[in-house]
Amino acid sequence: MTAIADRPAAPQRPAHDRPKWTQKLTPVVSVYLALVVLLIVGSVLVAVDGGTLLDQGGILNILTRSTTLGLVAIGQTLVILTGKLDLSVAYLIGLCSLIAAETMAGDPGNIVFAVVLTVAVAAVVGLVNGLVITRLKVNAFIATLGTALIIRGYLENGYEGPAGEVPRAFQHLGYDRIGPIPISTLLMLALAGLAWWYLGRTRGGYHIYAVGGDEDVARLSGVRTQRTIVKAHVLCSIAAGLAGIFLASRLGSGAPYVGTDAGYDLESIAAVVLGGTLLAGGRGGVAGTIGGVFILATLDTIFDDLGVTPFFKDVVRGVVLIVAVALYARRQLSRRGK
Amino acid sequence: MTRRLKLTEGTLPVLVVLAILLVALAFAGPAYSEPAGYLALLKRAAPLMILAIGQYFVIVSGGFDLSVGSLVTAEVVIAARLIDGDESATAWVLLFMLGFGALVGLVNGLITTRLLVPSFIVTLGMLLVLDGAVFLWTGGAPRGALSDAFRTVGRAGFEVPLLGQVPWSVVLLAVIVVAAVFFMRGGTGRTLVAVGDNETAVRLGGGRVERLRTLAFVLSGLSAAVAAVLLGGFAGVSAQVGDGLEFRVITAVVLGGVVLGGGRGSVVAAMAGALTLESLFSLLNLLGVSGGLESAVQGVIIIAAVAYASVGSNLFRHKVVNQEKTHEKETAAQQ
Repeated sequence: MTAIADRPAAPQRPAHDRPKWTQKLTPVVSVYLALVVLLIVGSVLVAVDGGTLLDQGGILNILTRSTTLGLVAIGQTLVILTGKLDLSVAYLIGLCSLIAAETMAGDPGNIVFAVVLTVAVAAVVGLVNGLVITRLKVNAFIATLGTALIIRGYLENGYEGPAGEVPRAFQHLGYDRIGPIPISTLLMLALAGLAWWYLGRTRGGYHIYAVGGDEDVARLSGVRTQRTIVKAHVLCSIAAGLAGIFLASRLGSGAPYVGTDAGYDLESIAAVVLGGTLLAGGRGGVAGTIGGVFILATLDTIFDDLGVTPFFKDVVRGVVLIVAVALYARRQLSRRGK
Repeated sequence: MTRRLKLTEGTLPVLVVLAILLVALAFAGPAYSEPAGYLALLKRAAPLMILAIGQYFVIVSGGFDLSVGSLVTAEVVIAARLIDGDESATAWVLLFMLGFGALVGLVNGLITTRLLVPSFIVTLGMLLVLDGAVFLWTGGAPRGALSDAFRTVGRAGFEVPLLGQVPWSVVLLAVIVVAAVFFMRGGTGRTLVAVGDNETAVRLGGGRVERLRTLAFVLSGLSAAVAAVLLGGFAGVSAQVGDGLEFRVITAVVLGGVVLGGGRGSVVAAMAGALTLESLFSLLNLLGVSGGLESAVQGVIIIAAVAYASVGSNLFRHKVVNQEKTHEKETAAQQ
């Protein structure tokens, strides 16, 4: 009580007057702090329940879950930073897993060709998304929803279940690991590093922030805004395609609904937003996204260990998402209030 | 044309498409040679049209409501569990459903306006929460049964000379449409559109922006409750009854020429968009297009419709579109 009485104007205080440590509490820092807190609380809860959260199997579980979602979310970050969003990734993942598995058809000799072909198809889907948004001036929500429906129609029409076969040699990608860390997770983190470098150190990355901050200002400053948006969508689709390839290697075949069953479209947007990237674009980054991905994967693993029903997971996930974004919004509000 | 008959800008194209589809239906299927066929179409389309009205309020004020599909499922599952075949429970369960819908809308609206979370995220969170909570409560599979009285609205009708059987849902739809049109013509409705167009101006003009946007979400929740009553009656209890409705209804509203980001479009057009979508599916069915291709066609149609609306008008009305762009920018920035 007295503490509150001593500092009556705390919420209204301008940012530069606030204690130094809160200024350092950027979204990226907060998301990793939250992750650490979650790991500690989760370990305690699981230990009380009589298990161990962070044993070999637990770590493996968290990392494997993070890999697919991470791949999709890295791409989604680029798109959201430009102020758009991509709802087509979930069906695209299914489509790409099928293309990869059917082209390989169990023959190790086809692996390279299959991967190249899958990435190419994904890039074309991204190109279509980008062109529809920039040239036909269709709202990104509608354009990518339309693409999602078209891919879904193709999948529903042509497939009833898993198809294709991934050769043993390629399944190493899904299952090999160094110590407790899967190679695929390292690849995902490498890709995240690449995206981080691209966004923070290259001209193309600056353009993405510029377009997301204010498209008109960016255009007037000489940024090729349309090209930047198309590029972001192509990269996003390629990332989703890689997630499809990874899932095909885990499953041993292609599965049409592997992306939608896990809800990677909305889940990846959730991870990005949880990582502190503004849905309106222009602010945020891959580092926060990866933190968001780890939080979602850790939550899932904790619930699995505790034997919580999957439906309760959804409830918590929804609440976490709303609360996290509400907290970020408050910070911006207090910053704007000065 | 007299002033009274004047349509809101952007309504005409969807009405033309709808008329063409209805004529095409008459040629494609013998069922559509009589009024009964069209009444049956309206009956099928009624839930989506009512949802479209609710979604229109939210979209025109500059938001999204992704939670309606899961809310419909939740309402149906809750109703079945509460009624459990007991006729006498029907009345209070109906009231409870409306209250629940309004409450969910209120929560969506308050979080959006007071905590400043983008409505996309709020309603996405609500979708997850509702999906999870309902199935947690039912243990994974819906239980109970709806009473006959409950199901009457969704599936039964009454005889009228010349027309044949008129479904109750069509009567209910008509009442809601008239109410929605009068609401949009009134001061509150006009201000709601203004909020989507330019929030700051409304705020400076003394309008209660937060309250209006919250009201839009409450109306959307209520429309989901009504749609759930109709769908529960029409299709029965299942855990998939609301699946994908959120995207389908946004498609319908956009098809009606309502601009995402707010400020443009009429409620009649949004509803016509829903009816157009439903007619299109009926036509595809009659022409023997398989279920899988149906969603592909839906995808092509919405992209084409929105592309036509933005590029087509760009050719003729350069000035207006530029204004639209800046206003979209503003609403995006506010989100």
